[in-house]
Amino acid sequence: MRDEGRSTADDGTTSHLHSVRIGVYVCHCGTNIAGKVNVRAVAEYAGSLPGVVVSRDYKYMCADPGQELIKKDIRELGLNRVVVASCSPHLHEETFRRAVAEAGVNPYLVQMVSIREQVSWVTVDPDVATAKAMDLVRAGIKRVTLHEELEPVRYPVKPGVLVVGGGIAGIYAALTLANGGDHVYLVEREPSIGGHMAMFDKTFPTLDCSACILTPKMTAVKGEPNITLLTYSEVVEVGGYIGNFKVKVRRKPRYIIEDKCVGCYECIEACVYKEAKVSNEFDLGLGKRKPIYVPFPQAIPAVPVIDDETCIWFKSGKCPRGCIKACGDRDAIDLDQKAEILELEVGAIILATGFQTFDPRRLPLYGYGSYPNVYTALEVERLVNASGPTNGEIVMRDGARPKSVGIIHCIGSRDEKTNRWCSRVCCMYSLKLAHLVKERTQAEVFNFYIDMRTPGKGFEEFYDKLLEEGVHLIRGKVGEVTDVARIPEEEGKLVLTVEDTLLGMVRRIPVDMVILAVGLEPRHDAHAVSQLFNIGCSNAGWFTERHPKLAPVSTMSGGIFLAGACQGPKDIPDTVAQAGAAAAEALTFLSHPYIDAEPNTAYIDPALCSGCHICPGLCPYSAIHVDEQEKVAVLSGALCQGCGVCVAACPSGAAQQYLFRDEQLYAEIEGVLA
Amino acid sequence: MSATTLAGRYLYYPGCSLKGTGRAYETSLLAVFRALGVELLELDDWNCCGATAYMSVDEVKAFALSGRNLALAERQGLPDEARGEQVDLIAPCSACYLVLNKTQAYMRYYPQIGQRVSQALQTAGLRYKGSVRIRHPLDVLVNDVGLDEIALKVKTPLKGLKVAPYYGCQIVRPFATFDDRHNPVTMDRLLGAVGAEVVDYPLKTSCCGGSLTGNLPKVGVTLVHALLDEARKRGADVIATVCPLCQFNLDAFQERAGGRRTNDHHAPTASQQLPVVYFTQLLGLALGIPARELGLQANIVPAEPALAKRGVL
Repeated sequence: MRDEGRSTADDGTTSHLHSVRIGVYVCHCGTNIAGKVNVRAVAEYAGSLPGVVVSRDYKYMCADPGQELIKKDIRELGLNRVVVASCSPHLHEETFRRAVAEAGVNPYLVQMVSIREQVSWVTVDPDVATAKAMDLVRAGIKRVTLHEELEPVRYPVKPGVLVVGGGIAGIYAALTLANGGDHVYLVEREPSIGGHMAMFDKTFPTLDCSACILTPKMTAVKGEPNITLLTYSEVVEVGGYIGNFKVKVRRKPRYIIEDKCVGCYECIEACVYKEAKVSNEFDLGLGKRKPIYVPFPQAIPAVPVIDDETCIWFKSGKCPRGCIKACGDRDAIDLDQKAEILELEVGAIILATGFQTFDPRRLPLYGYGSYPNVYTALEVERLVNASGPTNGEIVMRDGARPKSVGIIHCIGSRDEKTNRWCSRVCCMYSLKLAHLVKERTQAEVFNFYIDMRTPGKGFEEFYDKLLEEGVHLIRGKVGEVTDVARIPEEEGKLVLTVEDTLLGMVRRIPVDMVILAVGLEPRHDAHAVSQLFNIGCSNAGWFTERHPKLAPVSTMSGGIFLAGACQGPKDIPDTVAQAGAAAAEALTFLSHPYIDAEPNTAYIDPALCSGCHICPGLCPYSAIHVDEQEKVAVLSGALCQGCGVCVAACPSGAAQQYLFRDEQLYAEIEGVLA
Repeated sequence: MSATTLAGRYLYYPGCSLKGTGRAYETSLLAVFRALGVELLELDDWNCCGATAYMSVDEVKAFALSGRNLALAERQGLPDEARGEQVDLIAPCSACYLVLNKTQAYMRYYPQIGQRVSQALQTAGLRYKGSVRIRHPLDVLVNDVGLDEIALKVKTPLKGLKVAPYYGCQIVRPFATFDDRHNPVTMDRLLGAVGAEVVDYPLKTSCCGGSLTGNLPKVGVTLVHALLDEARKRGADVIATVCPLCQFNLDAFQERAGGRRTNDHHAPTASQQLPVVYFTQLLGLALGIPARELGLQANIVPAEPALAKRGVL
């Protein structure tokens, strides 16, 4: 519950205006602001406005001497309001609030005016910029005049962290948190954790076995008492607020009781399907599974799952149910299992929902889906993998070994028709696949690239190694993959047409097999997930960090952190580093017994309220009810999150919000327009 | 059908080809739409679309020419300036279709060009607001009339006839308004719906040589040859086209295409010649329209033997 320790003695009415003493500080920000805005003129102008006792300009207001300037003026001139015209409040509002508080003034009597992001950086003409800065400073002065003393709202923080997504990012974050002593709920949509990394055979540039380095972590998750692993589950509802999240998780019926299953897999043997006939999602359809299956040998939990869409019992009710007989006394199979909703309470959330690979059907010129020997790189990862559908043999769909292979980079990356970004991993994984294909099939390998991007530790060295291995690296974007032969040598082959930009000519290169280095993109439901958790999301669907450089794992929603490729394409080392950072941030966040938040809650003036019942239904936090006796709405400040919906909806102006009261906003608008 | 003021009718812009070398296209197109009960109203007082020479010498002049056609279509299609309505203008020739679309796009996205074209139109007392939708007959047949409706009216299914669907370069690039720019399938679906066996034809959007068959024959004819050769290799009885220039190039240069082959094993004999027909001619046959009324006799490489062989004639 929130404390309601707030003073509203200074109610902002005009009667106290004579006592208002404002200091205005205009920051140069080096040349960031002063290079465009005449800061001296802005300061002088501010000094002429009512209520302003002192106004100054200074090179770096955020530096210690800058802050000291404010403190000194407060002490010597008795200032009780401060306006700082500098950067966005995102950056330094905290700094200046702390500074004035140290000098004995309530921190909410500071108003930031952004004359960098909103003026100097975006205005071409210096005179226009200066005039605009003056307008905004005038607005800030008018607004701060009506500010009142407030106390921060204090929330207790609940223990426990929800980690969403069981790929390497989620696994690593969960283990780090658990080691730090926090309890973790790790939620994964698929039947096993492991994510994309579990699908790979080798990792670049070290060529170490992906499973060998991943499975110890997966096993550790299973054995860690501080982790509650919820696979085959999805988060369906997120409520509560910073430090106090209430989350609902839907557990899909697995039809096998995890606690009872010993992982002997005898049920799979006993299935009425003697042969695996269902396309295995984990092998991207290249391999088959039974309706009762584990997606891959090292799956965690090592508990099978029954797919009720293909299981004969669910389809027709006519099945001898050999699985149940095979399970016997262990009694782990429950065909009547239903989906259940689990309610969790956690203090923090880490989103590690990962990426999906680009679907090359969107670019028919590369022939994926029409020519059987055109593969995506992820499919080839499964072919190369010893636990994959061909036991690690690189063979084409007709069982033949390719004698020549073309690997096309940048499919669905750096392309204005599909995705504009560089997916960061494709050059390296394409080189890795080139190496593996050559090593295992002795095929002639051609890599077609736009630019070779190898900016990681040991990456360029790996590229050099490939050059020595005799892989043909052709700089040019392939224009077409076709089976139309022009010469006898092209008969029966896939022909790649490419402009070799180093040679300066168009080439036609016939190969047996084509591998498309598909890019990384946000998951198809990324926008819905970002709304569910109320975090920012780019148009494309990458989750937005609080600051690209200095808050790379935080989000704009307090207590919610990001890890891995859901925030943008990245490789395994970067993902693990970010997951560690997210876990550290979450641990730090949870280490405080409470957090102080902005006192920007709403309140309702009973004298103005007509009891119209509009606001209670709109409040997302159920913070408002109507007192039927008095016929007025009553707002609980402890539950209010300051979203402002009731304020906007109130027809009589009875609902108001601290720091955003109507008269404060009107004063600001008047100031801009004056 | 979006043009409500035309009450289900479409404006039709023939362009010069359909009145000249591509007359068989017009004949068959009009016959097919008549048979399907869809009325086409020829645009009054239309002029050249601005393709070829105009476009390469002076783009804005070309846009002005097409702009006039668009303005006329708007005036004829929306006489009472109905608000928010659109006029559908069918342009069967690929070059016209492309230039009209390009004019539309450039007037919309490049205000300076839009202004100059508008000024030109103004001197003729015309003005274009942008409410014309340029439609390809394939688009109208498949997406407005509908494959089910067409299949119902089939009298002679094209059963057993192997067709290579050839779209040419212009109707899906760069303005892919109704189909994929690399692998269009609208004609495949249409011909499949009337019983034909559509062969996989990966060169369906490759260049027919355009005017190079005239001014740089070595290059143009090589391109023609590649298209014919591949269709033959894929077992096609006929190639179906949507464009008068494609039809002409593929039909008229077959002998030279054969003769100029560098790895020439044999010159094409009559049996190796490949008839090139308009998709509307095949559709017409399926709808039971007599061959004479579809202009089939106009082909240089006669189509009748191949069609008769499969029993669709």
